[in-house]
Amino acid sequence: MSDKEEITTVDARGYACPEPVMLARSALLRNKGKPVRVLVDTMTARDNVSRLAVREGLDSSSTEHDGGFAVTFRPKGA
Amino acid sequence: MKKLLSFLGTRPGIILVGAIIGVLAALLVQFGNPVNMGICVACFVRDIAGGLGLHRAAVVQYLRPEIPAFILGSFLAALVAREWKPRTGSAPLVRFVLGALSMIGALVFLGCPWRAWLRLAGGDWNAIFGLLGLFTGIFAGIVFLKRGYSLGRNYPAPRALGLVVPLLSIGLLALVIIGPLFGRNAEGLAVGPIFRSATGPGSMAAPIVISVIAGLIVGFLAQRSRFCTIGAVRDVVLFRDPHLLMGLLSLALFAFLTNLVLGRFNPGFTGQPVAHTDGLWNFGGMVLAGLAFTLAGGCPGRQLFLSGEGDGDAGVFVMGMLVGAGFSHNFNLASTAAGPSPYGPMAVLIGLGLVVLIGLGFRERAA
Repeated sequence: MSDKEEITTVDARGYACPEPVMLARSALLRNKGKPVRVLVDTMTARDNVSRLAVREGLDSSSTEHDGGFAVTFRPKGA
Repeated sequence: MKKLLSFLGTRPGIILVGAIIGVLAALLVQFGNPVNMGICVACFVRDIAGGLGLHRAAVVQYLRPEIPAFILGSFLAALVAREWKPRTGSAPLVRFVLGALSMIGALVFLGCPWRAWLRLAGGDWNAIFGLLGLFTGIFAGIVFLKRGYSLGRNYPAPRALGLVVPLLSIGLLALVIIGPLFGRNAEGLAVGPIFRSATGPGSMAAPIVISVIAGLIVGFLAQRSRFCTIGAVRDVVLFRDPHLLMGLLSLALFAFLTNLVLGRFNPGFTGQPVAHTDGLWNFGGMVLAGLAFTLAGGCPGRQLFLSGEGDGDAGVFVMGMLVGAGFSHNFNLASTAAGPSPYGPMAVLIGLGLVVLIGLGFRERAA
């Protein structure tokens, strides 16, 4: 994966359940077929957002980011 | 250890957590808690409000040790998992109001979502109306969420903020154990608070040590698994995500099985302990509670676990519940076994109006 590519980023930090997942899902709907990155600040939100990938048939990976996490969604195999 | 901690967050993990909580809840009744009230966040907060003298309903006064133990169990779990994160700033005042209103609704039904499922697991069919009300409240909350309802972001806070609720919990446990009497009557004789019911539900309790140990276990497991009785239903409707629901159904099933083994499954509508048979207001009370919990982001148990892991706003919600319980009994809004009070239904309607205004008025989430 190249770090240079343009990637839609959603900042869901600090929102209570279920808002991070809602924000992530609407970003995925608006960017079908494209990678999307979701910033969250708790492990709970990271896990909740990551479970979305399984249901939407996407690949997801999470890395630590600024004291929280960045969950990146990509189309499978992309 | 690390493997175990992350296992609790998986599907089999949350089913196991639900089973353990279900069995523990039924066992707490065996050890002395009121029937179908092994665990009830609303009832226990109400009893604590009574113990502190925030209301003077003599039959429901006891500093239930389970509540501080839930918070401390969650605090420990969050520390061990390096997940303890002090944070606040997401409309705390509104969360206080939601906490108070949720309590007024729950005390018209006579139980929070946890107890609604435990009442069902004990054969109290009145709980069906409560659960239908709860689902209705959650659906209404989802409508607001879909319209963009949000109380806004919280922000990282100093470490000291995350210690406030755990330290209050330790203080509460100290008061249970020491049981001081601060008040004086006209003759100068010591009277409560701290109050402790001599009769009624507030007098029925498991030994303190057992309540604390059970509470610590539940708090620890629930923090790790993110157990939530509101999220369970909400996530299925909103995301088709059955993860939390599996845990909740496991709780209900294992509480039912434990009740069967202990001979505590008594199916029927009438004569159920700490319950009334008014279906309409069993339903109505829980519509209010369910909507308030959904707009606050989680069930009353979840608010306790979140406050343990450093969420100051959840702590404010819990304070709101405590004050709401005081109002509920002082204003004679809470139901009794005989049925709703003359003022309970009107309080539910006014509460619903206020919660709807909150649902309509707070839409600050960026798309």
